[in-house]
Amino acid sequence: MANIVGAVATSHIPAIGRAIERNLQNEPYWKPFFDGYRPVRDWIQGVRPDLAIVVYNDHGLNFFLDKMPTFAVGAAPEYHNADEGWGLSVTRPYPGFPEMSWHLVESLISDEFDITMCQEMLVDHGFTVPMSLLWPGKDSRPVRTIPICINTVQFPYPSPTRCLKLGQAVGRAVESFEADLNVLIVGTGGLSHQLEGKRAGFINPDFDRLCMNKIVQEPEVLAAYSTQDLIRFCGSQGVEFLNWLVMRGAVPGAVVERHRNYHVPISNTAGATMILEKCGVAHPDAVSLTVP
Amino acid sequence: MLLIVRMCMKEHTIPGTTIFDGRLAMKGYALNKMCFSFNDAVNREAFRQDEEAYCRKFGLTAEQRAAVRSRDVLQLLEAGGNIYYLAKWAGIFGLNVQQLGAQQRGMSEEDFTQMLLQAGGR
Repeated sequence: MANIVGAVATSHIPAIGRAIERNLQNEPYWKPFFDGYRPVRDWIQGVRPDLAIVVYNDHGLNFFLDKMPTFAVGAAPEYHNADEGWGLSVTRPYPGFPEMSWHLVESLISDEFDITMCQEMLVDHGFTVPMSLLWPGKDSRPVRTIPICINTVQFPYPSPTRCLKLGQAVGRAVESFEADLNVLIVGTGGLSHQLEGKRAGFINPDFDRLCMNKIVQEPEVLAAYSTQDLIRFCGSQGVEFLNWLVMRGAVPGAVVERHRNYHVPISNTAGATMILEKCGVAHPDAVSLTVP
Repeated sequence: MLLIVRMCMKEHTIPGTTIFDGRLAMKGYALNKMCFSFNDAVNREAFRQDEEAYCRKFGLTAEQRAAVRSRDVLQLLEAGGNIYYLAKWAGIFGLNVQQLGAQQRGMSEEDFTQMLLQAGGR
């Protein structure tokens, strides 16, 4: 059976992609943010995932308001990136895993999550930036991928509770797939930020810390927030935290926090990353990683 | 019919925040569809060549065309623009998110950037 090794949460803003393109990782502005990924990459090397299920939100590359799925699951042999309009270089395609995708689709729908299935799906910075952070090198494609896209563009969004439950259903689906492979769940976006309106630039470190603390053992506390309260506390784009809830739900049972990094600001956002390892997935490198 | 629609739609209020709900999605459809087209470099160039004609091609209302001309993000939001699609429009002018944020808050870019640094305790 497929085995979920744990989850990595990470910011995904375009400015990170731009900094990577320009090799700014060691500049004073960026260093505290990028340094937070070294332990993440080391951990990933230790748990050796074959597949990454990447929970993200599209920002108007693949989906438009004509048809806006609440939950969409990729079922393509590979996923292409494309021009988003404001200058980030287009990345090479990412290999998919259609057999697992269709298993996911069947399992989710029999579990009453009526998701949209996509045999073609352009992935934007919400997917590509995390991939570049976790597996650097523009030609590096060491894992297969399945994108899961959550609507955070057109209100109403799925509720935080629904997102946590979707994650749980994803976890059940993955662990019923008959193949010997390791699966990493990646939750992208956040943390608090807001691009639009007179509250543009809103960042809320207190709430971000609460989110990072609670998501480890008590995600249901966070899932109990209404969508509007989530927007109120983490900003209208910080609501991407919904992706983190799906991610957390997908890791069955208890998790151990192996690492976190939180840095404000990166561009207009609070930058954050966390490793949540599934209990019992100890590996030789685990002892060298510290829990803050 | 319109009355019923109004009654069914709840108001969403968070100060300084636009909740892009069904009302705005309907109002801003043409504007957002135009901005969505800016994923394509050919379309960005067509807009640059003749902005007014490009807006008319997508059926923008007079309010939306005026908002596009004004380069005013708050006005574009008011006209039904969604920030994710508007970002593609802003990309045509090379505006970054600090510049967009500063404009909406009525601050200088420097003050806006300083505000972000302070949020991080610096």
